[in-house]
Amino acid sequence: MIDVQKINKTFHVPHEVKALVDVSTKISAGEVVVVCGPSGSGKSTFLRCLNRLEKADSGHILIDGIDVLGQKTNINKLRAEVGMVFQSFNLFPHKTVFDNVTLAQRVVRKRSKNASGEKANALLKKVGIQDKAGAYPDNLSGGQQQRVAIARALAMDPKVMLFDEPTSALDPEMIGEVLDVMKTLAREGMTMVVVTHEMGFAREVADRVIFMDEGAIVEVGTPEHFFTNPTHERTKLFLSQIL
Amino acid sequence: MDKNSNQRVSNRPPNYNTWVGVFCVFVVIVTGMFYYATQKIEYNWRWNRVPIYFAYEDIIDIVSDIEGEVESITAKGDEAVITVKGIDESKSYRVPAESVQVDDGEIISYADTLATFTEWRPGLLVIGLWITLKISIIATIAGIIIGIIGGIARLSSNPAFKWTTIVYVEIIRGSPLMVQILIWYFVFGTVINDLLAANGLGRLPAFWYGVASLACFAGAYVTEIVRAGIQSIHRGQTEAARSLGMSYAQSMRYIILPQALRRILPPLAGQFISLIKDSSLLGIIAIRELTKAAREVVSASLQPFEVYILAAILYLVLTFTLSMAVQKLERRMAVS
Repeated sequence: MIDVQKINKTFHVPHEVKALVDVSTKISAGEVVVVCGPSGSGKSTFLRCLNRLEKADSGHILIDGIDVLGQKTNINKLRAEVGMVFQSFNLFPHKTVFDNVTLAQRVVRKRSKNASGEKANALLKKVGIQDKAGAYPDNLSGGQQQRVAIARALAMDPKVMLFDEPTSALDPEMIGEVLDVMKTLAREGMTMVVVTHEMGFAREVADRVIFMDEGAIVEVGTPEHFFTNPTHERTKLFLSQIL
Repeated sequence: MDKNSNQRVSNRPPNYNTWVGVFCVFVVIVTGMFYYATQKIEYNWRWNRVPIYFAYEDIIDIVSDIEGEVESITAKGDEAVITVKGIDESKSYRVPAESVQVDDGEIISYADTLATFTEWRPGLLVIGLWITLKISIIATIAGIIIGIIGGIARLSSNPAFKWTTIVYVEIIRGSPLMVQILIWYFVFGTVINDLLAANGLGRLPAFWYGVASLACFAGAYVTEIVRAGIQSIHRGQTEAARSLGMSYAQSMRYIILPQALRRILPPLAGQFISLIKDSSLLGIIAIRELTKAAREVVSASLQPFEVYILAAILYLVLTFTLSMAVQKLERRMAVS
C-alpha cells in the first residue's frame, strides 16, 4: 500500500537540519503502524512527506502504486485518498461541524448535497457527536474537535489515514475518547500510520512500531518485540524515559 | 462590543454626569465663540438660503417654436396636448393640464408662452452628493476586486505575479493621490481618448478616470490589507484543506479568504472611508462631486461658511453610515 524508498529531507530555515535521512519502509493494506521517537526525530516530517505536505528532497514514495513525488501526479487526487488528522485539529472555524465534514466531499468528490449530508451524519454518529452537527468548532471540547477532524478525513473514503500526534494537544481526560475512535477504525481494517506518544495505544492496536531518532529509522518491530525486547540502546533509553 | 458597554457602565468614574455636563458646555462654548467671531467680522449667516441647493422649484416656460394659431387643446388625464398650426407646418406640445396659458384659436407668434409650470429639481449639492456616492461605490467594488487579486498575487511564489504587485503597491503608496489623478486624466486619459477617437469611438468621460484613479489607489492599500489577512490565518487551515484534496484555488475560496475577509473588515472599512473623503480631490479633473459642487455653490451664493460646513456634514453622513453598516456586518459575522 505504501512503499517508501530512501527519502531524504533537509530544512534550510532557520538553520540547516537533516530531518529525514534515507528513510525506507513498506506498509501493507490494513496495517496499523505507530511511529514514535523523541521530539525532533523526524517522525512528523516523515508523516507529512507521505501526502506531500512536505516534499521529500530525494527518494521515492508510492501510495497504492501512485508516485507521490512524481511531477505528473495529480497531488489533489492523491491527497483525497490519504486522510490526515492533525495535532491541533485544524477544523474550519467559520463552518459548522456538519459543513466541516461535507465541504470537501462536495468540492473535491463532487458529491450531491444529500449524499454528502448522509455520509456526514453517519460519520458524526460513528465518532459519537451527531448532536453537535450544527455547532461551530470553537464551542466544542478538544476531544470533540479531534473526533470531528477524524470524521472530516474519513468522509473522503480514504485508503490510508495519517495521524500526526492526534492526542498531544488534548487534556488527559479527553485522550481516551479519541483513541477509542482510532481503535474502532483499526479494527475495521483501515490502513493507519500514527505518530504518537501513546504507548498503550501502540501496544494494543499496532501491527508494527517504528522508532525514529535523528531523522532515521532506528528500530522496527512488533509491539511485543519493541516493548519487551528492544535491541537498540537508543530505543531502550527512549522507552525508559517515557514508560 | 457588549462586554465593552458593560464595562463602561460598571467603570463609571465619580461625578460622571458632571463631566458629561462639562463636555456639553465645552461644545456650546466653542460653537458660541465661533459664532461670536463671525458676528464680529459681520458675516451674514443665511441658512434659510441653503435648502435651494438641495432642491428647488424650477419655473418652466413652454414656448412656441413657430408662428401660427392654436388648432386644438386636448386634455388627456393630467396632461394636455397643445397643437399649433403654422403656415406650412404644425407642432404639438405635451404639457401638464393645469399649466396651459393659451386658448383655442389664439394667434401665436414665435416664442410666445404656451404653458408655464413648476418642477422640483435636485440642487447642486444633491447632484454632487450623488456623484460622490456613485464614484465611491464603484471605486470601492473595483478596489476590493483589485485588492483580493493583488493580495493573492503578492503571496504567490511566482516572481512575475509577486513583483508586479510589489511594484504596483510601492508606486501607488509612494506618490500623492492628487498627482495620480492628474496622470490618470491628462496622461492615460489623453492616450485612451485619442486611441478611442482614432478608432471611431466616443470619449470616455472624466468620471471614469476619476473612478479608475481612486480604485487603483484604494486597491494598493487593500492589497496589503488582504495580504496581511491571509497571512494571519494559521498555516494549519491551508494544510487541512489541501490534505483533503482541495486545490490551492479551492482552499483559498472556501477556507482562507472567508476567514481572512472577516478578520480584515475593520481596516477595510477604514480604507473605504478614506476613499470617500479622497474623492473630494476629483474636482481638479472637472468631476462635479460634492466638493466641486460646493465650490460652485459658493461662487454663486457667496455663502462659504454655510456651504462648506454643510459639505463637511454631508461627507460625515456618508462615512458614518458606512462605518455603522460595517459594524453591523461585523457583529452579524461574529455570531456565525
